[in-house]
Amino acid sequence: MSAVDVETRTPAAEKLHEKLAGSSVAGKVSVHDLDLPTIEAGPADWPALARFLRDDPGCRFDLFLDLAGVDNLKRKGSKTRFEAVAHLHSLSNNQHIRVRVPLPDAEKPSLPSVESVWPAANWYEREAYDLFGFDFPGHPNLYRLLCHDAFVGHALRKDYAPGQRWFYTESDLRVPDWAQHTEERAGHFETQTLSIGPSHPATHGIIHLLARLDGERIVRSETIIGYLHRCFEKMAEKHHWNQVIPYADRLNYVSAMVNGVGYVRTVEKMLGIEVPERGQLVRTILSEFTRIVDHAVCVGANLVDIGALTAFIYLYQPRENFYSLIEACCGARLTVSYVRVGGLAIDVPEDFVPRCRGLLESIPKFLDDVEKLVDKNRIVRNRLQGTGVVTKEQAIAWGLTGPMLRASGVPYDVRRARPYDFYDRFDWDVAVANDGDNFSRYLVRMEEIRQSLKIIRQALDIFPEKGPVNSDDWHVVLPPKDAVYHDMESLIYHFKLVMEGIRVPPGERYEWIEGVNGELGFYAVSDGRGGPYRLKVRPPCFPSMAAFEKIILGGTVSDMIATLGTLNVIAGELDR
Amino acid sequence: MALRKRGKLPAFDPGATGGAGGADFLTTKLEAMVGWARKNSLWPFPFATACCGIEFMSVAAAHYDISRFGSEVIRFSPRQADLLIVAGTVTDKMAPILRRIYDEMPEPKWVISMGVCASSGGFYRAYHVTQGIDEIVPVDVYVPGCPPTPEQLIHAVIQLQQRIASGEKSRDSRSRRFAAEQPG
Repeated sequence: MSAVDVETRTPAAEKLHEKLAGSSVAGKVSVHDLDLPTIEAGPADWPALARFLRDDPGCRFDLFLDLAGVDNLKRKGSKTRFEAVAHLHSLSNNQHIRVRVPLPDAEKPSLPSVESVWPAANWYEREAYDLFGFDFPGHPNLYRLLCHDAFVGHALRKDYAPGQRWFYTESDLRVPDWAQHTEERAGHFETQTLSIGPSHPATHGIIHLLARLDGERIVRSETIIGYLHRCFEKMAEKHHWNQVIPYADRLNYVSAMVNGVGYVRTVEKMLGIEVPERGQLVRTILSEFTRIVDHAVCVGANLVDIGALTAFIYLYQPRENFYSLIEACCGARLTVSYVRVGGLAIDVPEDFVPRCRGLLESIPKFLDDVEKLVDKNRIVRNRLQGTGVVTKEQAIAWGLTGPMLRASGVPYDVRRARPYDFYDRFDWDVAVANDGDNFSRYLVRMEEIRQSLKIIRQALDIFPEKGPVNSDDWHVVLPPKDAVYHDMESLIYHFKLVMEGIRVPPGERYEWIEGVNGELGFYAVSDGRGGPYRLKVRPPCFPSMAAFEKIILGGTVSDMIATLGTLNVIAGELDR
Repeated sequence: MALRKRGKLPAFDPGATGGAGGADFLTTKLEAMVGWARKNSLWPFPFATACCGIEFMSVAAAHYDISRFGSEVIRFSPRQADLLIVAGTVTDKMAPILRRIYDEMPEPKWVISMGVCASSGGFYRAYHVTQGIDEIVPVDVYVPGCPPTPEQLIHAVIQLQQRIASGEKSRDSRSRRFAAEQPG
């Protein structure tokens, strides 16, 4: 296949091509140059390729980011009905790649599991099994992940009706074998199984945890998720590109703005349009404020879980102040739907800059108060220090990103590794801690709040007083109302956009930004219609939650509660 | 004591009797007094599943402060709560748990459905989302919004309080009576 592949490649793809030529899969895989270097491999070659990509000193794709299934039933020009698409990142080379595995068997799509290469793949493969019916021979625990256990069929296949529901009762829940009976060991206490959640005050959203306890120590555990599976990806396929924005906002409802920006950037890159400087800066400023709010909620809620209510009340006040600001911008507090493809829904209010500066003045005081209460507090230190430890190697193997990864000593931040918008122009630091425990994650989050304040301050300094916030490409952005009323051409643009949606050229794209919990990626496939053909989100807290059942092993139940708080799992994003 | 509304129980107002020149006793109907006591001590169980749960946290925090309306004693055990606030999307996987929690609450009990997802499924007209919690539990007050503003939720609590004070039965007891009257 590689011999007939004569397209011109970018240096990155060319280098990858040369590397693969010396590997055991040489001649069986081909390298294409799309938005990312894309390797195409058959299912049989996938494990060997995976091992090579991870271990070869020139490649070192150690971070498994995402696995998306695609059903090509209604897409023209594809050879196979199903394909699996994986995205990988190399920390040492700072490079993303895509691996596409077309699955020739449409009846029983199957590809070998790579869970032994990247442990992070475990849940992604379960998800693909659940939603597409892909079989993964070699997978240790291949059961449904998101849909309930009485579900019939595979929901993201194109021939599955979006509204088809199935009756489910509590007795249908699949309880793993090990949790159904206790073990008795000679001269030892009987172990017991504890079921925590899904409706539990300490689970932060609806997560179900089964833990086997030996005395007070957790010796085995399994997390059951999917209690908030709201079918984001299926809904996205049924809507126009712009209509997906409210759905995207509700993925991580604590940081709606960041999700919206991540999604529309993907569409904008596919269209090849640019947002004016003012629009980009508004996005940056509000995204960073959102990051502050998210970290404040995460730290506050975590402290509540370990018994410190005061800090929570302190951290909630700047949040209310920020909500007033964003309410002034777009009318909504939480799920803002403020961005649009090509810009923003409306311009910011006149007093935007002074209000932001006012917030910048007020927030550090709350942080100081919290740090005074927490940093040297012996109870907090005892609860957080040395608990929930994730080593550097584990963090990478489990596919963690964001504050989780940085607290384990890996300085990977998308804003620095691949600067978007204006992040390369600002002077700021990546917050890193080395211990990998709960306290490190607390420290990283608090430092990131301060760095975000620094970024906002610099963004406000270069914020243009006047200027457009939207692109002037009327194929994408609604023309101004005045023009629609008085100009035939604008009226037509308006009509076409509202009725048919934005026409995105056929193709695919993976775009990623630094979400509040880590790398937030959107993999979009367009077939030229007004809406996405397939939209896969890489939710940053998904790998953290997958790793949770391993992190808490050996700890006590109270450590587990403290650890869950620092993971910052948002159920909307986890379950989609 | 004057009737507040035709057909409704007389309002119970301890301040109206007693005091200077007043009698040292009061007369009222027991239901009215019980209703007065109940309405000012609604203990909510926040069944917070999604975005609305975050907004519920705002209602409970210092700025909006639901304790001004006697509902700040948030209970995470259904056995100690009499008001179930369903805040957020309920999926088919979660629905049996919602019903179980509702059944575990002692009577009398009331349900507020916060947000459009809980009320009708919202814009998630999809394969895994319950299209309104009234498929599973009887609802007393629906709050629209995605998510509702904190003021809207407070308004819902006040509305519920008015209904409790007027002696109106909860949807729960009405649906039980209806079920008992059905032949066969």
